Amino acid sequence: MAAIRAAQLRLNVACVEKEQDLGGTCLRIGCIPSKALLESSELFWRAKEDFAHHGIRAKELQFDLPAIMRRKEGTVRVLSKGVESLFRKNKISRYAGTGRIVEPGRVVVDNTNGAIELKSRFILIATGSKPATLPHINLDGDRVATSTEALSYKEVPGHLVVIGAGAVGLELSSVWKRLGSKVTVLEVMDRILPEMDRDIARDAMKLLEKQGLEFQLQSRVHEVRVEGNQCVVECEGKEPTLCDRVLVAVGRLPSTDGLGLESLRIKTDKKGYISIDKNYATSAAGIYAIGDVVGGPMLAHKAQEEGIACVEHVVTGYGHVDYHSIPNVVYTHPEIASVGKTEEDLKREGTDYRSGLFPFRANGRAQTLGQTEGKVKVLADAKSDRILGVHILGARAGDLIAEAATAMAFSASSEDIARSCHAHPTLPEALREAALAAGGRALHS
Amino acid sequence: MPIELKVPSVGESITEVEISEWNKTEGDSVKRDEVVAILETEKVTVELPAPGNGVITKILKKKGETAKVGDVIGYMEVDGKREKKIGKELPQAETQRETEQKEATRSRAGEKSKDATDRDRAETKETVRLMPAARRILVERGVKPEEVPATGPGGRLLKEDALRYLERVEGSKAEQPTGEKETPISPSSDVREEEIVPMSPLRRRIAERLVEAQQTAALLTTFNEIDMTAVMELRRQYRESFEKKYSIKLGFMSFFVKASIEALKLIPQVNAEVRGTDIVYRNYYDIGIAIGGGRGLVVPVLRHAERMSFAEIERAIDDFARRAETNKLNLDELRGGTFTITNGGIYGSLLSTPIINPPQSGILGMHAIQERPVVRDGQIVIRPMMYVALTYDHRIVDGREAVTFLRHIKGLLEDPARILLEV
Repeated sequence: MAAIRAAQLRLNVACVEKEQDLGGTCLRIGCIPSKALLESSELFWRAKEDFAHHGIRAKELQFDLPAIMRRKEGTVRVLSKGVESLFRKNKISRYAGTGRIVEPGRVVVDNTNGAIELKSRFILIATGSKPATLPHINLDGDRVATSTEALSYKEVPGHLVVIGAGAVGLELSSVWKRLGSKVTVLEVMDRILPEMDRDIARDAMKLLEKQGLEFQLQSRVHEVRVEGNQCVVECEGKEPTLCDRVLVAVGRLPSTDGLGLESLRIKTDKKGYISIDKNYATSAAGIYAIGDVVGGPMLAHKAQEEGIACVEHVVTGYGHVDYHSIPNVVYTHPEIASVGKTEEDLKREGTDYRSGLFPFRANGRAQTLGQTEGKVKVLADAKSDRILGVHILGARAGDLIAEAATAMAFSASSEDIARSCHAHPTLPEALREAALAAGGRALHS
Repeated sequence: MPIELKVPSVGESITEVEISEWNKTEGDSVKRDEVVAILETEKVTVELPAPGNGVITKILKKKGETAKVGDVIGYMEVDGKREKKIGKELPQAETQRETEQKEATRSRAGEKSKDATDRDRAETKETVRLMPAARRILVERGVKPEEVPATGPGGRLLKEDALRYLERVEGSKAEQPTGEKETPISPSSDVREEEIVPMSPLRRRIAERLVEAQQTAALLTTFNEIDMTAVMELRRQYRESFEKKYSIKLGFMSFFVKASIEALKLIPQVNAEVRGTDIVYRNYYDIGIAIGGGRGLVVPVLRHAERMSFAEIERAIDDFARRAETNKLNLDELRGGTFTITNGGIYGSLLSTPIINPPQSGILGMHAIQERPVVRDGQIVIRPMMYVALTYDHRIVDGREAVTFLRHIKGLLEDPARILLEV
């Protein structure tokens, strides 16, 4: 995105990528393939569990895992080709290989054919992140592995143990649970989704448990070993768990190996994230960094916003990212989405706020969909009524959060949402009702 | 151009009002929203505000006359330069009056804000970008958007900008953030606050009548207690067959209504009223049932309750309660009554002294049923007990009669067969 924006702003852009397919983690081994698998597995699971509620009988329902995987790969390929064509359209030169910054203004690209040197006044580091692991766990790339491998298991694991109840852990847990695995999720904290609003996360956990996911909170894993065909997961103070596969989903780390940060004296923080100023400039002249590699929420859209803002600032002198209105979506069923502050954040800051809740149970569209679980929570400043956070657990929450994020980008008050006409019957009416409730004026509850 | 002064819709079920006061006479000039007349119904009093600045030109219905909702009761001539002002005179006088009149002007609010919105669109020529909630506040308070510093993205004027401006200009709390009157549910507010809320017309009416009762009648309360074992047993025994036959639950109220009628027959003074220097006795029994309704306490009346069966009484009360909730009782149903029963027991009251509903002379207070140790045949046993209270007008009811009345009710309910036999 940064490359495309830079090209639009008439810079001569070269992009160095070591992977054969363009698109980065999100497109190749993250958001896109996982959403493809989530959709396939959800369709199967709904056909099996949910169709009967609609009066539809399906017998001898089966799935074809290789076909599911092929569809997923097809989706990735289409989108990756899309990026390629955008590159061509914007006349961005692509260099396949591993980039290395030898000094400000000089990048060397190493590949099997040798090395190419590129010169530029502006260098943007957008190398992203890689899955983190725990110090005492040895990833073998097969039975004990990360999300990358879990997107391509050749067969459905009998028993999958997932370490980490963040977005990645929950989404892949859902995929394999729906396809038939027994799934146990181990989480070191006392709750799932630590970034999300606690109350929403608690409700989400109850729903996921109802779907058969097994949670063991406050479980600190201290050893994972492979014994023959089985894995053994040892948790402090608990019996060892035997399983077929272990998915380590404990977060991600900045990917900076081989970039040459040390020789350039580019500053990083303790965790290895590149330190930047408000315009994304690193401590080395002409070198900028954005995305996962600089820390903050590990979200493709956040990286994209930063990339665009960085380039715009370099070229036009103005670039800005509103970090208060970056939405975050977890694609479980139902989806979980949030933007802005959580109730815990507000309490910690001592902000005086009002909370407006609306359950999807009372929403007409949710009733017709037969998806009435969850609720919308709108948090607004008690005095100014400005929206401070919106948290949604429910059908298509990921789509619903867009309205909230837009409203927040416009510094809207909860009354502004309440005063905007919403089509009936639709799910976004639930957001409007929650906004009304934040002002004590709910109509339908 | 003359403008009609019409009787506004006062609420469901009310079709007629009485002109209780004209604050203005023909030729008087009035300001927009100033109260020109006070209209009264049995349930509420309503203020009729002027729809604009101008002069009252004609009064069609005089004080004391009745008019139907929608009737034209007068005319006024509105100034040419109408409603140019709201903002300027707003600071002191308007704010206070505005809250007072909020209720009365509500029906016209839509109309008002619509043309105000158009006006403000025309005036600003979209030079200021208003967020929807900010637009509402500024239009309501008559503030020009240009006067308010806008801090939103792209120069948009936010709700918080409007609130901040009003707070600064008016030097007081402009309004609650939501625009509603509820007390904020601020979790961590340790500021001591007083909130001044005007009494609703209905509340004022209730207050007046209660004070009137206290001042004109010589009120006295006598108490007794009733062992509810027999009634409860009877209900248990016939609950199902009763419900099956009449599709209504057999409650306690029908027993108390029946017992009261027997007691009223025995002591007719309690069913009578003082009218001047006369006492008016009746041979009919219209029993008011006090119900906490959606808008406040209402007392619908069971007409000729002496002719009603248990099922008819239960059904009528159930119907009253339902309609009281949604304010759908007719005025006719609330009028009159010769005696009242009030049941504080549903809220858990153990003992109270009800106030009579003038010009009636008695009110029976029911209370919560509670298991209590009582002595029967020299033994302490546990029985479901209810305290009952009779407040009566001592001017026409003597203490002996009042006590007899209440003891008769007690006797009937402890042995319900007596209700059937009327002994």
